[in-house]
Amino acid sequence: MATGTKRDTERLERVVIRFAGDSGDGMQLTGDRFTTSSALLGNDLSTFPDFPAEIRAPAGTLAGVSAFQVHIADRDILTPGDAPDVLVAMNPAALRANIGIVPAGATLIVNIDAFDDRSLAKAGYSGNPLTDSSLSAYTVYEVPMTSLTQEVCKEAGVKPRDAERSKNFFALGLISWLYTRPIEPTLEWITARFGSDNPVAEANTRAFRAGYHFGETAELFTSNYEVRAAPFEPGEYTQITGNQALAWGLLAAARLAGLSLFLGSYPITPASDILHELSRRKDFGVRTFQAEDEIAGVGSALGAAFGGSLGVTTTSGPGLDLKSETVGLAVNLELPLIVVDVQRGGPSTGLPTKAEQADLLHAMYGRHGEAPVPIVAPRTPAHCFEAAIEAVRLAVTYRTPVIVLSDGYLANGAEPWRLPDLSTIAPIDPAFASEPNHVDEDGTPTFLPYVRDPETLARPWAPPGVPGLEHRIGGLEKADLTGNVSYDPANHEAMVHWRANKIAGIAKVLPDVEVDHEDGAEVLVLGWGSTYGAITAGVRRVRGRGLKVAQAHLDFVNPFPLNLGEVLARYPKVLVPEVNLGQLSKLVRAEYLVDAHSLNKVQGVPFRAAEIEDAIVKLIGGTL
Amino acid sequence: MTAIPVTTRKDWTSDQEVRWCPGCGDYSILAAVQMLLPDLGVRRESTVFLSGIGCAARFPYYMNTYGMHSIHGRAPAIATGLATTRPDLDVWIVTGDGDALSIGGNHLIHALRRNVNMTILMFNNQIYGLTKGQYSPTSEISKVTKSTPFGSIDTPFNPISLAIGAEATFVARTHDMDRGHMQETFRRAHDHKGAAFVEVYQNCNVFNDGAFEKITSRDARASMLIPLVHGEPIRFGADLERGVVQRSDGHLEMVEVAEVGEGALVVHDEVREDPGLAFALSRLASGPHEPTPIGVFRAVEHPEYGEEMSRQIVRAQERAGAGDLEALLRSGSTWTIE
Repeated sequence: MATGTKRDTERLERVVIRFAGDSGDGMQLTGDRFTTSSALLGNDLSTFPDFPAEIRAPAGTLAGVSAFQVHIADRDILTPGDAPDVLVAMNPAALRANIGIVPAGATLIVNIDAFDDRSLAKAGYSGNPLTDSSLSAYTVYEVPMTSLTQEVCKEAGVKPRDAERSKNFFALGLISWLYTRPIEPTLEWITARFGSDNPVAEANTRAFRAGYHFGETAELFTSNYEVRAAPFEPGEYTQITGNQALAWGLLAAARLAGLSLFLGSYPITPASDILHELSRRKDFGVRTFQAEDEIAGVGSALGAAFGGSLGVTTTSGPGLDLKSETVGLAVNLELPLIVVDVQRGGPSTGLPTKAEQADLLHAMYGRHGEAPVPIVAPRTPAHCFEAAIEAVRLAVTYRTPVIVLSDGYLANGAEPWRLPDLSTIAPIDPAFASEPNHVDEDGTPTFLPYVRDPETLARPWAPPGVPGLEHRIGGLEKADLTGNVSYDPANHEAMVHWRANKIAGIAKVLPDVEVDHEDGAEVLVLGWGSTYGAITAGVRRVRGRGLKVAQAHLDFVNPFPLNLGEVLARYPKVLVPEVNLGQLSKLVRAEYLVDAHSLNKVQGVPFRAAEIEDAIVKLIGGTL
Repeated sequence: MTAIPVTTRKDWTSDQEVRWCPGCGDYSILAAVQMLLPDLGVRRESTVFLSGIGCAARFPYYMNTYGMHSIHGRAPAIATGLATTRPDLDVWIVTGDGDALSIGGNHLIHALRRNVNMTILMFNNQIYGLTKGQYSPTSEISKVTKSTPFGSIDTPFNPISLAIGAEATFVARTHDMDRGHMQETFRRAHDHKGAAFVEVYQNCNVFNDGAFEKITSRDARASMLIPLVHGEPIRFGADLERGVVQRSDGHLEMVEVAEVGEGALVVHDEVREDPGLAFALSRLASGPHEPTPIGVFRAVEHPEYGEEMSRQIVRAQERAGAGDLEALLRSGSTWTIE
């Protein structure tokens, strides 16, 4: 890249950038490319794609605004940032939809070409915010992105209307200059994605370079910025989203267990990317089945598990509703089954593209009868890899369905991930039954499908194909040991207890919940799942103010780790932040009689660190 | 692989007491299956009976094979996961008209159109038995039951038409009063590659006794059952005096052979790719009170779903080698921190 006017480069520790535009403007792509070049630069980062459920809401309207927020830093960070330092707004609707979360003093970079009367009216502006004084608290840069893009694309061989579509690359080029990102990864990506002889590649390349040059040469910006590499642990890194990590974790788990992976799934936002990713992995022997409905998704997975495969189904809340009946059957059959629920806002169709943690009690209790199921909850996008493996380990070892509670925020959010040394992950033993386990009164060896392992209380997994082990299982209550149908009252009670004790007993092999303790702390903040980043960032801020606070985070929500009761008892005050109306807090209150304070938010967006900080400070001060 | 052991009905019979109502048509179907299996050249340990819920769904408990009594209507979905991951197994589904066509209708049609390797025996008694006598999706219109005291107003399904409409590659009908016919039909269904659908007219002597008597009783059969034999003109009657012809508008009708001549009769062609004739045959009788075709309506060779799924895996591995997890984790942009 040619060097233009020499400008000062200021060093920043961190910056939060929010790209916002119309659904068709390619903001997700723009954010994603910026993220990748930042990852390659060695920044720590966290992303928050925030898009509408509609594929293309009417252009220029508030409903159609799609945004991508990325937080980059030269130190380790935990959230996509509470509030943007920079908002890139491609049209008036994008400005209007996002300005509410942009703090005073922040920078706005707007595509001035899109601020015509018609677009302003569509966004609901009666005047032009750029010409009245409503944005006086911000530094506003007006850049004619559309016209400059059209100008440089004239000779790219694309039609003028198509040229206009490259304006997101102009914006990307400009922001890349402003934050001194390397340009090569993006140029290479454009060529790889569109093909070197494709006019679209040429247009995007020209627009990207033009944006970069504009920053450099226009006398608009007084300086640009650098955010240096963060001090990471040595190792090899990649950038990963939660859904991708989960899919890869399932692949790794299947390999660790020596099992074939079968995914029965029905497309649903925000879980579908797991189905997409695994569908591409035929070379791993993965069988993916796009079922006729959610019920068939889980049914086929259970059928595969009966046959000795690793049966998995992936869904979101509405699908979990439909799968409940089959999960209950799996509880009764005592077969391994993985149910991934990528939670979204509910009830009903709710907010398909927004995150919520409100399926916890559903996962816990959403089946008729006494039907306990272990629950695993990843805490960050990359942690989905490990969570998937641990879920499979529990399912296979204990012959039980396991529910993994991810959410839309983890699913689509990205972070750097230090690649694990796969050889250090303990294998998983399916321990298939291979011979009779009992001898009849007349001396004939027989197979009893409900004999239990004394340690795990798990029954044998005996897929069809082994002579002498033929047996029938089903949803009707089983007689202990034989598995025959039994209506005997005492047997039913015994079986209910067996199943409950088996799941409760998993706690014996779970790691203790770790406490990030500070001497003198009177408040413990307890979380689960995707609130980890915001809670940890909030705790850091509180400590930065010289206050004492302790933090613990649950990766296993059912059963609870054995030491949780003792940990909760250590602190006079417990705060439980959740993106629901207080579901974990109900569980710990019921289980441990602890007077937990519930901090709730149900706006379809994650907690901000400041909100956690504020609640902790108030609780310490006795005003919450 | 050792030779397939010689077995008898006893080997295929579990130690569980059969608990259908005395006189239920299910007994004769169970006997037909248990007596047929020793002749099919299959292994007990490689045979799986799956079911949903209903009287028929108790069937797996009585078979000394692997089995699962699952949930209402879901057996085809569960069988799809099993059959596609375990092509070495013989997967049978035993279901009823309520299980297969009401709560499980969606799974049935999709299993059929995908052509997943499974043999579906649907016992049709035109009534809900296990829940004690409500009308079913195959009950005739105006049926008076506990839940329809003023008569049902629903148009019933024609299961054979439904299966053909769902792209089924094997569709047949038999009845519980004729063991030989059942066994021949089940054998054909078992040997079919892909999804095979068999409707079995089955008498529920408690809640819908005699529903098929007009056509299946010993003295009615000759005149009321129209046997479908591939490659043969379709005719029936004690002296084969009646037959089926196709009118110029495509409609099938029953005629006296003497009046039209044998050459005018429709010759049954179960392997015809176009399902039109099979569908027309399924519409020949409006219910089991007039001459009704039995036998194999349609038996065509289509790719089997599990085989196709496996083929994609083999091709992907031939192209790219067996999946390398270490390489996959590095398939995006990576960077190294020293």
